[in-house]
Amino acid sequence: MIRLEKRKEPSTFWRIANPFLAVALTMVAGGIMFAALGKDPIAAIRLIFFDPIFSAQFGSYSRPQLLIKSAPLILIAIGLAIGFKANIWNIGAEGQYIIGALFGAGVALAFFPAPGWYIFPLMVLAGAFGGFLWAMIPAILKTRFNTNEILVSLLLVYVAERILAAMALGLMRNPDVAGFPGSRDLRRYEAAHNAELIAGTGIHWGVVAALVAVIFAYAMMTRHMLGYHIKLAGQAPRAARFAGVSPARLVVVCLGISGALAGLAGMFEVSGPGGQVRIEFASGYGFTAIIVAFLGRLNPLGIVLAGLLLGLTYIGGELAQMMLQLPGASIQVFQGMLLFFLLALDFQTNYRLRLTKGARI
Amino acid sequence: MRQPLLRLDGLTKAYPGVLANDDISFEIGTGQMHALLGENGAGKSTLVKMIYGLVKPDRGTMTLRGADYAPAQPSEARRNGVAMVFQHFSLFDALDVAENVALGMENPPPLRDLARRIREVSTAYGLPLDPNRLVGDLSAGERQRVEIVRCLLQEPKLLIMDEPTSVLTPQEVEVLFRTLRQLAQEGTAILYISHKLDEIRALCDEATILRGGRKVATCDPREKSARELAELMVGQVLTPPERPAKPKGAALLQVTNLSLTSNNPFGTSLKNISFTLHAGEVLGIAGVAGNGQDELLLVLSGEVPTGADQVQLKGTPIGHLGPNARRKRGLVAAPEERLGHAAAPDMSLTENALLSGAQRKRLARSGFINWNATDRFAREIIAKFDVRTPGPNVLARALSGGNLQKFVIGREIELAPDVIVVNQPTWGVDAAAASFIRQALLDMANRGAGVVVISQDLDELLELADSFAALNEGRMTPVRPAKGLSVDEIGLMMGGAHDMTPAHGVNA
Repeated sequence: MIRLEKRKEPSTFWRIANPFLAVALTMVAGGIMFAALGKDPIAAIRLIFFDPIFSAQFGSYSRPQLLIKSAPLILIAIGLAIGFKANIWNIGAEGQYIIGALFGAGVALAFFPAPGWYIFPLMVLAGAFGGFLWAMIPAILKTRFNTNEILVSLLLVYVAERILAAMALGLMRNPDVAGFPGSRDLRRYEAAHNAELIAGTGIHWGVVAALVAVIFAYAMMTRHMLGYHIKLAGQAPRAARFAGVSPARLVVVCLGISGALAGLAGMFEVSGPGGQVRIEFASGYGFTAIIVAFLGRLNPLGIVLAGLLLGLTYIGGELAQMMLQLPGASIQVFQGMLLFFLLALDFQTNYRLRLTKGARI
Repeated sequence: MRQPLLRLDGLTKAYPGVLANDDISFEIGTGQMHALLGENGAGKSTLVKMIYGLVKPDRGTMTLRGADYAPAQPSEARRNGVAMVFQHFSLFDALDVAENVALGMENPPPLRDLARRIREVSTAYGLPLDPNRLVGDLSAGERQRVEIVRCLLQEPKLLIMDEPTSVLTPQEVEVLFRTLRQLAQEGTAILYISHKLDEIRALCDEATILRGGRKVATCDPREKSARELAELMVGQVLTPPERPAKPKGAALLQVTNLSLTSNNPFGTSLKNISFTLHAGEVLGIAGVAGNGQDELLLVLSGEVPTGADQVQLKGTPIGHLGPNARRKRGLVAAPEERLGHAAAPDMSLTENALLSGAQRKRLARSGFINWNATDRFAREIIAKFDVRTPGPNVLARALSGGNLQKFVIGREIELAPDVIVVNQPTWGVDAAAASFIRQALLDMANRGAGVVVISQDLDELLELADSFAALNEGRMTPVRPAKGLSVDEIGLMMGGAHDMTPAHGVNA
């Protein structure tokens, strides 16, 4: 008979080993999926995980893309991880990302075509504020009416998508190009352009912001009372109240931080790599960041590694679409499998399987 | 000499890293009341689990009525006439008494017959029960009756009772003892587990004492003093806490007309509670579990705020303040539940030292934690309160209950407060650690602090308290001097009228 036993202490070995094991299992299962689609599994896995960086043919294009794709993932995931530690589940980062982008672009379009050094910093503030504001909706509903922040934040993503479409078709539409949806291209508006800082590296202000966020989050979670209270509230809510933590305040703080960071990510994207407010602007970073947060063990340094890996699957996925005509959804399946395997494996961090002889109660 | 009912021969059971039972042999006679005594961790639970078929011994044999007895599971034990009443009830609140009883039986008869049998048996043994009442509406004592009646319906030859009186008022205990004596007279052997020595001396005719997994002695408890038994249990000479007489100090903590509606459906609302605590005074608050103890602690610790004037510390209204503001002003608390309330299970002792120590020990400056100072504070608690642990980096949940309790109480005492409120300070703690914690609380009072001890352990309260009050359904009795109070009076204060008189019949 197989029995489950709770470990006395969570296993450190499995905590660290599981993300790697999950990646390996995802490669195997993904390979099987590709084979079932009639593609060469080895070539597909190579194309997704290795070629974007190491291939002479694609590398020069793909390598800068890595930071461009990873930075928003890391920026969003850092904020989500802080909330997740406190058992506050912001699932709607995608919505906050969109609203942040709209606020940032809104500032830029309002000033267009004026020059001025202050425009970009204003956009940064506006982007963070937009995300914060959107996250305050589930926060206030939760603290006032005890609604579920998972549902509210998730459903607000679809509201945000509608607003995005309305903006792209209406208020923010480029008046100079008749008939086409989408705003002016912010990359052509120098005061608002989130340009590459070092040519050929993909480093833009969003990458810098992600790095700063990682350092701040690390310091807060390990050295500051707020981080301590966040962990305490997640692990033992009653002990947190005993320590004087106000649950409502924590909900506002955690959702606020994650919303602001998601909003920032959206703003850096729309003013740089994305370029303009378009209907199809949202590309799922807000959801993928959930995987990044878990794969990185909610740890800021782990999130950097996980963000780079998931960023890689984005680029590799595009490459595989191009080269092997893999369906676009297959890369989402791939990312989903990664989370699935990780959560399944994590079971053995806290439990161990035991074979026992005979029946027991 | 009566013929032995159950003989244990060299029972041994090892768990990784600990020998829970080491070569234990003794006999229980038919109709005998046999006590099993020992501190926490002495191996009592493991031993009875082997008898009840929950755990298989590594070595050793059991003989029941002359035949080999090696139950593989509890149902086999029950078929052989061995029944057990656990310390923690396994009852469903939403089902009625008869349904609950049926759930615990192998082949329950139709509910109507069962209800009739429950009435018969429960009345015959002086434990009247209405089979149609919902268990959720019953008091702790009545719930225990359900468990006992469930066992009695199977006509056991051996009834194992695990600390049955820990949830009962003195009057309820009397009723239970009458039932047990009647059972013994009819030939049912009773294995009675407890660490309340007076009870055992009143009830049992033989006692087996375990210490560290080994049998230390089998003796007649009526021939030993409670003190001798305790010393056999802990293996050392115990000194009762001492305290010099002292005059009453200034008023420290004043609670005035405190009422609080519990927002938890199973909680107890506090009703109009008033008392004053003076410097150097230990106020003992008694009561059966679930009569408002938890709620009172939350209100005093600041986790649940009230009107500002309802709680005053040294004349300043603090009822509206949260836990940290109260700590800063000199009021600290230690809740009953160690894991999850007083301490975070998955955090290290160092991190747990920060939990309530941050303010008074200045462990954080403008929010940034001084981990070195926190670590020193944790080590200080560990050293001063004899917390047995490899070091402050160990997770709280890895500590035994008694050690964690020493850490939690030690942490609050080290904060040198003016007033400390503790709930069940020695619950589940072994005798040596318990007397240590009690002494530490008395030392605090001697230094001029005010101490509020909420406890269900009357012996503990009588040992510690200068003044005494009891909680019953959220109301508190007036505070009386503890000196000269008899156990009967205390029982009445605790609300002994919990429908426990056997004459209180059930309408058929």
